[in-house]
Amino acid sequence: MPARPSWIPYALIAPSVVFLAALFLVPLVQTIWLSVSAGDGLSLENYRRMAGDLNFALAVKNTFLLTLVVVPLQVVLALGMATMVTKLDKGRDLVLWVLTIPLGISDLAAGLAWLALLQNTGYLNSALYALGLIQGPTGWLSQETPVALFFAIVLAELWRATAIVLVILIAGLQLIPKEFAEAAEIFGAKPWTRFTRITLPLLKPSLQSALILRTVLAFEVFAVVYALGGRNFPVLAGEAYVWQNDNQNYGVAAAYAVLIMAISLAATAVYLRVLRTRPEQLP
Amino acid sequence: MADIVIDRVVKEFGSFRALQEVSLTVNDGEFVALLGPSGCGKTTLLRIIAGLETQTSGRVVIGGQDVSHLSPRKRGLAMVFQNYAVFPHMTVFENVAFGLRMQKAAAADVKRKVERAAALLHIESYLDRYPAKLSGGQRQRVAVARALAVEPAVLLMDEPLSNLDALLRLEMRTELKAVLREAGTTTIYVTHDQTEAMGLADRIAVMYGGKIDQIGSPLEIYATPATRFVGGFIGSPPMNFIKVRCSQGTARIGDAALPCPVTAESLELGLRGEDASLSADGSGLPFDVRVVEPMGSHLLLTGAIDGQLARIVAPPTAEVTAGERVGLTVDPARVTWIDSTTGRALARA
Repeated sequence: MPARPSWIPYALIAPSVVFLAALFLVPLVQTIWLSVSAGDGLSLENYRRMAGDLNFALAVKNTFLLTLVVVPLQVVLALGMATMVTKLDKGRDLVLWVLTIPLGISDLAAGLAWLALLQNTGYLNSALYALGLIQGPTGWLSQETPVALFFAIVLAELWRATAIVLVILIAGLQLIPKEFAEAAEIFGAKPWTRFTRITLPLLKPSLQSALILRTVLAFEVFAVVYALGGRNFPVLAGEAYVWQNDNQNYGVAAAYAVLIMAISLAATAVYLRVLRTRPEQLP
Repeated sequence: MADIVIDRVVKEFGSFRALQEVSLTVNDGEFVALLGPSGCGKTTLLRIIAGLETQTSGRVVIGGQDVSHLSPRKRGLAMVFQNYAVFPHMTVFENVAFGLRMQKAAAADVKRKVERAAALLHIESYLDRYPAKLSGGQRQRVAVARALAVEPAVLLMDEPLSNLDALLRLEMRTELKAVLREAGTTTIYVTHDQTEAMGLADRIAVMYGGKIDQIGSPLEIYATPATRFVGGFIGSPPMNFIKVRCSQGTARIGDAALPCPVTAESLELGLRGEDASLSADGSGLPFDVRVVEPMGSHLLLTGAIDGQLARIVAPPTAEVTAGERVGLTVDPARVTWIDSTTGRALARA
């Protein structure tokens, strides 16, 4: 093969580098810059205002609580669903297609759909009323019912975003040769042992990808929460939105954005470390 | 220790019949090879014995117990897979120990048995390593050690040497034979390689088209093939088949005459290349030599007998040139007569 000029690989990746720099790096630097500039110099004033805000502690707590409840549930659900889907002989593609429909729906639309189900005059109340379980329109999403509101948001998030974990795990499961499970079975492993001793460890790289993706997205949760609870359930991204649009204070909004990014990076670092697969343990 | 009885096992995949009423008995401690070309059903049969596939009908009995509908882990067997299936996320020690751990063996017991199996397969020095750091041959040893560590009554092997290079395969074959002889395990070994089957097995079951064509010792299978397929599949070069006319108990080819059974309309003479020798005076079966290939240990002669392709093995020093017609002496006791219509060998006279 004739030697190619050495600049060709660089020229080929240049468009994506320019794209990323223009639309990702520049805004990132600007956001960080915005968050640390107040008045006429560098200061942490924006971060002070953010931390001193009435809703800040609540938003941090809610965001973490939601992430800690939603992400593990999604992984467990997706593992179960993926195991079942891969066992299907017929109609596997159809089932997978149906299960992934929520991925095609925008998160705001998903939030609104669940609002239609759960609001005072929604389908849930109509059904409960018809069954005689409630006397009239009952609020589930108000400030007075924080637990119900929390579970409504968890439910909507599970419905909306479990499929992305499912897709990643199914791809991962298909990479594991079936001989491993067969060998384990021959040597006496029961189904649960096969799952914990063979499938899960071999699925670790996929689990890591799925967890990083879902956790980062969970820390950014906004539209579903906003549609169902408004500011009754403050979360970090929602607070950034409020400071940006309602308070017109871009500096504090930027501080929130930087905080979310820092949390996401920290979570990613933890996953990369805890779920790392040593090269010699790769198949 | 246990014997295995396979009783009229049928396996259908949709409308395709992969196994047609296969029956086979493997005695306690015996080593039986299932030999056949790809697609003959040998691996399917092995997987049915293991319980990894379910037979459409028929029974599998191991050690007197009908295991036809038991899950693999309840059948008391071990298996070595074609691509080893050594667990990549466990050390060699944990791989070999896997079956013992599943039996909840005591730690000291596990250690003792793992070390014994490791010593048998010469992998003691890799016990702390992960399989990715091992060569193909070493992984193969781990897979065999894992199977032997549980001291199984029955050992199933699915083309265990086919992923190794030729030299290593020869070495492992010899070693396997010694190790398994010592262990005394009842073994079923699937292979498409006749030299492996001949070298390792006490008996060989030759499979073709979802059936067992012949079961017998390596020598029996070689010397007295039961079908045209077995004769052609076993031996290198394969058996020659020459169509002949048999009248009144005698088949004439050129000026040679061989006694033949008269029961069949159309007959084929099955002749092994090494069972014919060059006659000193050119008499006997006329053989037109077309190509002479010196193989070192022998000369491989390719040519025609009565216009039909044949390969003959001659001593390395024989003076034969291409284009020549030579005469072959054939011992009538060492030929096989095949009924062309059924492809089955006829009873020897």
